[in-house]
Amino acid sequence: MHRHTLSVLVENKPGVLTRIAGMFARRNYNIHSLAVGPTDDPRVSRLTLVVGTEAVQLEQIVKQLNKLVHVLKIVELAEDESVQRELQLVKVAADGATRSQIIELADVFRAKIVDVDHDSITIEAAGNPGKLEAMVELLEPYGIREMVRSGTIALARGAKSITDGSKVRMQRVV
Amino acid sequence: MSGGKHEGTASAERVTGAQAVIKSLEALGVDVVFGYPGGAIMPAYDPLIEADLTHVLVRHEQGAVHMAEGYAQATGEVGVCIVTSGPAATNLVTGLADAHMDSIPVLAITGQVARSAIGSDAFQEADVTGITMPITKHNELVQSPERIASAIKEAYHVARSGRPGPVLVDIPKDVLNATFTWSWPERVDLPGYRPTVRGHGKMVREALQLIAAAERPVIYAGGGLVRAGAGDELYEFATRLGLPVVTTLMARGVFPDTHELAVGMPGMHGHYAAVKAFQEADLLVTLGARFDDRVTGDLDAFAPHAKVIHVDVDPAEIGKNRVVDVPIVGDVKVVLGQLLKVLDDRDGDAAFTPDCAGWRTHLTALKDDHPLRFEQPATGVLKPQTAVRAIYDTWGDDAVYVAGVGQHQMWAAQHIPYTRGRQWINSGGLGTMGFAVPAAIGAKVGVGPDTPVVAVDGDGCFQMTFQELATAVQHDIPVVFCVINNGYLGMVRQWQHLFYDDRLSQVALPQDCPDLMKIADAYGIPGFRVQSVDDLDTVLAKAREITDQPVLVEFRVDPDEMVFPMVPSGASNDDILESAEEWRARLAETGQ
Repeated sequence: MHRHTLSVLVENKPGVLTRIAGMFARRNYNIHSLAVGPTDDPRVSRLTLVVGTEAVQLEQIVKQLNKLVHVLKIVELAEDESVQRELQLVKVAADGATRSQIIELADVFRAKIVDVDHDSITIEAAGNPGKLEAMVELLEPYGIREMVRSGTIALARGAKSITDGSKVRMQRVV
Repeated sequence: MSGGKHEGTASAERVTGAQAVIKSLEALGVDVVFGYPGGAIMPAYDPLIEADLTHVLVRHEQGAVHMAEGYAQATGEVGVCIVTSGPAATNLVTGLADAHMDSIPVLAITGQVARSAIGSDAFQEADVTGITMPITKHNELVQSPERIASAIKEAYHVARSGRPGPVLVDIPKDVLNATFTWSWPERVDLPGYRPTVRGHGKMVREALQLIAAAERPVIYAGGGLVRAGAGDELYEFATRLGLPVVTTLMARGVFPDTHELAVGMPGMHGHYAAVKAFQEADLLVTLGARFDDRVTGDLDAFAPHAKVIHVDVDPAEIGKNRVVDVPIVGDVKVVLGQLLKVLDDRDGDAAFTPDCAGWRTHLTALKDDHPLRFEQPATGVLKPQTAVRAIYDTWGDDAVYVAGVGQHQMWAAQHIPYTRGRQWINSGGLGTMGFAVPAAIGAKVGVGPDTPVVAVDGDGCFQMTFQELATAVQHDIPVVFCVINNGYLGMVRQWQHLFYDDRLSQVALPQDCPDLMKIADAYGIPGFRVQSVDDLDTVLAKAREITDQPVLVEFRVDPDEMVFPMVPSGASNDDILESAEEWRARLAETGQ
């Protein structure tokens, strides 16, 4: 099993996310993470899907996604040729004795302290999944109250963009 | 996209959403809709009174969608059905799933509760776009009256183009009632939908080179050829290169069974020679087929020596089940045209014609040595195979044959020699019992008065949808309904006999209940019963005379008869059995 990151441009129409998630469920494919948001074009949204699968199945996943009428374009972003980020918020137990240690730890990971209370600190961190997991591991001894993590978002490195080569045309005449 | 007969009639006319639905169907050139009115769709039934289209009133919404399927399969046009919200729309589910599996172009229009009530669990509300998402090619909940014409035009386009399939348009009642200014969209705006029609030129040439080098090539002809209307191109291609042709259940007739290159049907209940042809082949020229498990049996043991050329309009089918040597994405009719063009333009046929006369001779010998086996006593008990052959002898080559699902379906697929695409209609992928009666009605509406339509149904299937006899009677749709009555769910019984030590669980359906002659009588149509082989000819002669109204013919057949050949479920095609005796001998041999 390999981790594959798919970047998918879709028409911004009702039910698109359901269609995509439903396709995965119906065909017994597993989604590790899914993040959706708008693009610079209000008619287009971009999904970043991370799936753990073999190459043969990945090809089938891409083909089945392409069959969905509202899907405009799919590219796979190789891990070493793309910038991949997740956002994480961690609420850690903290008191006078441990607060400064935790802040120091957060600094090491270039994380930000976004909330402080008498007995807790909330840390915001962004990065690839490995970095976030490493930070959590080090925070664990202090007592993690709760934690939330976004899906992965990703862009190709360098100047190239998903719409290069085959420009996605929204006004297509059939 | 090509326009319909009323296209271009845009004006500043004020219409209701309901009128827009009907005008859209007219603009697309739709002639007939199968439907059933109800609360939410009622506004659309009002302008229907003056509409330039025929409405066939069904007795159950499942009937409407199967009729649309039968119509579409028989004509190649989009079949249209229209029903109300909630339970009516959910009654479409089986037919939509069926159309999805068999790539049948169907446009379903459903009523929905008013926009303000959506999500409130209102009376007769169901999330129909949600429910049908996995079993339609596409669907849409229409959110404004201005959107109706575009939604229907797009749905129609998506249903029929690329790999055909069912598309559903769900329209809230208040949208149907709203008034707005009518306009017919000039174009379809679907930026994410671009089916590939033409095959890649390099792949086309590679395919021909692979064929030329083959020693044991077989064309694996699938239902996509029927959907694409590619029978003529297939015929020319196969005969020019001398390639043997195996036609799947979905493709029966697309290459004539009567031709010397025809090897028969592959798969679980396929002809022996066709199954063996795949197992021995060194090349499968796969055209509009999808390596279904009912064809391949144990996939790892399927066609073990064969390279594969795969032509399909749906890229997702290529490589899905079987590794492919030469993939060609495109409409199979267009790709066959490209292949023929290369034959015309380049070195001529000779350079690409494989040297396989010996292979053809071998397959002919297999056909001769392994015909379909059954024994019909001269008098008394009627074998179902005899009944099916007699049905064919009576209604002949002109007729369209429509089957339900089960033993009768397999006998009808095996024992009738089909000579053209669209002559054989059945539920292949989903295996929907109850398909035959409504699908035959839809097919008859499509083919018109000059072509007989004969439903070959089973007693189990028939009882699932025979209420549609009333539809046939009310609308003067003269279908011949043949019921092969063996008093059992025959195919399940066959499996219980073979694989469950003959422990028959819940498969008996009393042969006399219902009394099908009284059913015919109740619907006011002629009914005939064949009790034994002795009265077969006289009864069928009488039934044949009736062409102006529906007719029911019941065949009381031997309940013990089983369908052979058979590849046991999950087994290799190499283990094909030709008779029950062979099965018992194999069990004895393996000590089970």
